[in-house]
Amino acid sequence: MSETKVYSRPESWMEGVHTHYCPGCGHGIAHRIICELIDEFDLQDKAISMSPVGCSAMMYDYINIDYVEAPHGRAPAVATGIKRVLPENFVFTYQGDGDLASIGIAEIIHAANRGENITAIFINNAIYGMTGGQMAPTTLIGQKATTCPLGRDPKLAGYPMRMCEMLATLETPSYIERVTLAQPKYIKKAKAAIKKGFQNQLDKKGFSFIEVLSTCPTNWGKPPVKAFEWVLDTMVPYYPLGVYKDFE
Amino acid sequence: MAKVLMKGTEAIAEAAIQAGCTHFFGYPITPQNEIPEYMSAHLPEHGGVYIQGESEVASINMVLGAAATGCQVMTSSSSPGISLMSEGISYVAGSELPCVLVNVMRGGPGLGGILPSQADYLQATKGGGNGDFKLMVLAPSTLQEAVDLVQAGWDLAFKYRNPVMILADGFMGQMMEPVEISEHKTDRGDVESWALGNFRERGNKRTLLKSMYLTPELLEAHNIKLQKKYDAMQQNETRFELLDVEDAELVIVSYGTSARISKTAISHLREQGYKVGMIRPISLFPFPYEAFESIPASTSHILDVEMNMGQMIDDVKIATGSKYPVSFFGHCGGLAPSVEEIEEECKKILG
Repeated sequence: MSETKVYSRPESWMEGVHTHYCPGCGHGIAHRIICELIDEFDLQDKAISMSPVGCSAMMYDYINIDYVEAPHGRAPAVATGIKRVLPENFVFTYQGDGDLASIGIAEIIHAANRGENITAIFINNAIYGMTGGQMAPTTLIGQKATTCPLGRDPKLAGYPMRMCEMLATLETPSYIERVTLAQPKYIKKAKAAIKKGFQNQLDKKGFSFIEVLSTCPTNWGKPPVKAFEWVLDTMVPYYPLGVYKDFE
Repeated sequence: MAKVLMKGTEAIAEAAIQAGCTHFFGYPITPQNEIPEYMSAHLPEHGGVYIQGESEVASINMVLGAAATGCQVMTSSSSPGISLMSEGISYVAGSELPCVLVNVMRGGPGLGGILPSQADYLQATKGGGNGDFKLMVLAPSTLQEAVDLVQAGWDLAFKYRNPVMILADGFMGQMMEPVEISEHKTDRGDVESWALGNFRERGNKRTLLKSMYLTPELLEAHNIKLQKKYDAMQQNETRFELLDVEDAELVIVSYGTSARISKTAISHLREQGYKVGMIRPISLFPFPYEAFESIPASTSHILDVEMNMGQMIDDVKIATGSKYPVSFFGHCGGLAPSVEEIEEECKKILG
C-alpha cells in the first residue's frame, strides 16, 4: 500500500486568511516554506519576525507568530535588538530587494558582519513591487521599470548588485546561499537552504543569509508562467544559484 | 550609596544601570561619548549587552527591537544623531514601545558645533519624526536631577508604553558634580501581555506590535488612542519648579543649564532688591501650563531664557495667554548667557 501524503495548511499559517499577493508572485511560496519549517522545528512559540516595508509588509497577517514592524530597510537592526535580548528565541528577517539592497544595505551588511545569530531571507525579484514597479538595485541591465522606462542603463544607474557575493566577502557570516522558486525542483532546494538557515541559528552558528530569486509578474508585465521562465532564463545567469559561504 | 563626584554623562549611564537598564545600542557622537563608553564597560558586568550600531539609524532600530521584547533598553546621542534617529523614534512611539533616550544637545542646525546648546527643544517637544506622536521630555538642571529623571524615566516609559527623552545639554554632559545613585526597581507593568517572546505565557496567542493601519478609520482610532495617552501625561506627569515667584515683578522661564544660570542671577538680583522669580519647567512635554497660574498680580513681564534663539517662547505665550509681554534672552551656537548678562537684561526690563 502506498503512503498517502496529506497536503494541508501549515499549523503556523494564520487560519482562514488568503494572501493579498498577485497571481504568480513568489511571496506565497516563500511564506509557505517558512511556515512548514516553523512547524517542522516546532518553533511557533519561539519564532519572532519583523515585517519589512514592501509587498510583504503585511506578512504578519499570514504567519501566526510574534511580530513587530520594522521601518524600511531596518529589519536586520530590529532583529539584532530582539535576538540580543532573547537569544533562545528564533529570529528571522524577511526583506525584498529594495528594502535590503537599497535603503537597508548598511543594516544587512553590519548584521552579517557582527555575526548576529539570525536567519535572513532575501526575496529578490529585481523590482519594487509595492510602490508600483520602480527600478531596484537588483534590476537587470535593459530591464524596464517605471523609473527606467527604456531599460536599466548601467551608465546612469550602475550594474545590478549581487548581495550573496558581496556578503560572502565578509569573514563573519556562516552561511550564504542563493536559490530560486522558479520550478518545483528549485522550490525543494530553496526549502532545504532555508531549513539549513534555521538549523544554523538553532545550533548558534551565527548569521545565515538565503537569497531567493522570485517573481513579480504584475510589474514585469508577464503572465505567471512567463515570469517563472524569465527567472531561469534571465535572472539566474546574472545571479548564479549556489552556496557562497558555508562554515560547517 | 554615598555621594560620589561624577561626570554628567557617566552619572546618567550609571543611573540607568542602577534602574535596571540591560541593553544599550548607540553610535559615537560628541559630546555624549562617555555614555556609550561607560555602558560598553559596565553593562556586561551586570549581565547586560552593549552593541555599537553602524549608525544612529541602525541603533534606534536595535532599540526598537529590544523595546519590543519589554526589556529596559536605552540609547543616547546628540542633536544631529537624534535627527537621524527620528524615523525610528516615530515607529517606537507609533508601536507604543517603552525606552529611554538621552539627547546631550549641541548647537545646530546641520552639523552645527559640538558645544553645549538647547537647540533641540522644538525637535524634542513637537515631534522630530512624522505623524501625531509625543515623546515625554524631561530636562534636568543638575546632575542629581539627571540621575533621578533617568530612573523615573523608566517607570514613565513603561507606564505609558512610550519613549521618554532626557533632554540635557553639553554642559550637563561634561560637568562634574557630586551625585547619589541608588538602586531603582523599575515597574515594567504587565509586559508579558504585549511583549515579544511570551507566546506560551499568553496562552498560545501571538503579539503584533505595529504602527501601520491602512484602513483610515483604524489609523484614526489608533491616533485617538495615542492622543488619550498624551492627554493623560498632560494631566498627571507635569513637573516644574517655582523659585521666588510669589512677589515677582519679572518672571524668568527657563530649563536645564540656562535655568541654573538664571537661578544664580535671580539670587544676585534679589540681593539688590529686584523682585525676580523663575518658573523652571522640568517636563517639557507635557509642558507644565499650570505652573503659570502661580504668576502673581505683581508681575509685569515674562522673560524666556534659553541657549537657542527662543524655541520655548511660543509655549510660554500659550501658557500666559496675552496677559504679559514675553521677551527672549539667550545665546546659542555653544555660548551660554552669563549670570551678569541675565541680571542686566532683567534690570533693563524692570527699568
